[in-house]
Amino acid sequence: MNSATREAYGAALAELGRTNPDVVALDADLAGSTKSATFGNAFPERFFDMGIAEADMIGTAAGLATCGKVPFASSFSVFATGRAFEQIRNSVCNADLNVKVVGSHAGPSCGADGSSHQAVEDIAIMRSLPRMTVVVPADDVEAYAATIALAEHEGPAYLRVARLASPTVHDEGYRFELGKADLLRDGDDVTIVACGMMVGRALEAAEALAAEGIGAQVLNMATVKPLDADALEACARKTGRVVTVEEGSVVGGLGTACCEALSERCPVPVRRIGMPDCFGTSGEGNELLDYFGLSASHICEVARELCK
Amino acid sequence: MHNDLTAVTSQMRAHIVEMLAAAGSGHPGGSLSATEIIASLYFKHMRVDPARPDWPERDRFVLGKGHAAPALYAALAMRGFFPEDELVTLRKLGSRLQGHPCRTDTPGVDMSTGSLGQGLSVANGMALAGRLDGLDYWVYCVMGDGEIQEGQVWEAAMSAAHYKLDHVIAFVDHNGLQIDGANDQVMGVEPIDDKFAAFGWHTQRIDGHDLAAIDAAIAAAKAEHGRPSVIVCDTVKGRGVSFMENVVDWHGVAPDAAQAEVALAEIRAGAPEGGRR
Repeated sequence: MNSATREAYGAALAELGRTNPDVVALDADLAGSTKSATFGNAFPERFFDMGIAEADMIGTAAGLATCGKVPFASSFSVFATGRAFEQIRNSVCNADLNVKVVGSHAGPSCGADGSSHQAVEDIAIMRSLPRMTVVVPADDVEAYAATIALAEHEGPAYLRVARLASPTVHDEGYRFELGKADLLRDGDDVTIVACGMMVGRALEAAEALAAEGIGAQVLNMATVKPLDADALEACARKTGRVVTVEEGSVVGGLGTACCEALSERCPVPVRRIGMPDCFGTSGEGNELLDYFGLSASHICEVARELCK
Repeated sequence: MHNDLTAVTSQMRAHIVEMLAAAGSGHPGGSLSATEIIASLYFKHMRVDPARPDWPERDRFVLGKGHAAPALYAALAMRGFFPEDELVTLRKLGSRLQGHPCRTDTPGVDMSTGSLGQGLSVANGMALAGRLDGLDYWVYCVMGDGEIQEGQVWEAAMSAAHYKLDHVIAFVDHNGLQIDGANDQVMGVEPIDDKFAAFGWHTQRIDGHDLAAIDAAIAAAKAEHGRPSVIVCDTVKGRGVSFMENVVDWHGVAPDAAQAEVALAEIRAGAPEGGRR
């Protein structure tokens, strides 16, 4: 409980090693950090460290997938999705292969390593690829369940996990369903749609707003693609106001996806909270989240303003 | 199955010219330079079953230089993976034959390629899967000489050697030309065999149009244990059509009807002597 989503990913991958002989894992010299080493230590014959060569890692994963393997290819999010973008596009998505790309250390919560290592664009670029599923789990419970679910789902997928530990928002009995949003709190005045560790902060914000008499819904949109537009529309129809929160750029990510769906189905005022089209910087993870406005207090401010 | 490989190569070349003329676009030069390599694989060496394109124990083929798709399609059709009369649908809307190979469209295509430099990594992954599954299949990858300018090729060369993938047999179709000119002018690639040798590969260098040499090289590659093999094939771009041979402009331009007629007449009469190395 309350551990980083990357820890839960590693644990789930190791569990998959026990239950599914087709699951294999690859890493690009970051296995200890992405936690794919948890699998690698238990199943060394099914684990391939490809060295610092992300393009080759994704291509090798694609080749394994043509033979029925279920490869999980992990690295830091920036490198997994950015360095190997065109390999993911052509060798995985265009070839329709069952490769799971896992990007760890995503967003400013990555911390002191600074802007070079903090992916802000990964959700946007992965979401732009046809056939791609994009999942950003809210906590360790959901990260574990999502990893298991992605192994059972046939097709390319991107799983985004974080370096920083964050509060667990789901209880152990939570049943994750790919492509389904999860309404964690109900309210009448505003809908807060969040993914990743922003879900915990959205719940904190909703609690604070309730004390002021503002009823905020919190919709956990862990599957950013395909977006659960039905759930989003239902919420928007009820509250008439939407705030989106993500630990990534406001350009092309969860907020954009929600705007796309709402503009066609149920146009309501929307405010997007995320990295405001900028790169991160060095600092402590939680400190950086606050610095960039990815805090409960900033969510409250935006929601309050929208409800005026 | 065709037994006379020389006749197979002539028929493949005729198909290549006809397909490209019908399509009005595509890549004749690099298709014609790779013809003997691909013919030899599909008609002599590869264990495949056209009735079961997904047969788990089959040998695999990855066309790194995906723009030579017409040569691959011709071989697959002649081998019985799909009807030969479908070849002239190349590059047209609704066809199963896209301009570059697509595994989801075409029976017998093991991997979608076309973006250069990605094929060898995929071949490595296939070989790793074969090892995990205890299957003895071979994985062949044909790359272009311009293609090996891509950095990913050398990442893959490193990992194939690191993982001792002795069931990967790569070919470099070294016709010396790429879109912007000669390799030497655009970005020198030689010495190709020394480069692979330095990465830990078993290397051979042959005349890529000599069917007997290709046979011998594949046999030698299969006899290697504990390291991958590359066969650097010296070839002639546009081979078999006199006006295309060694002419860089025929990299990515289709013949018109009159040019196709001349080309087909030459192919039927046998490969010309001029222009060879």
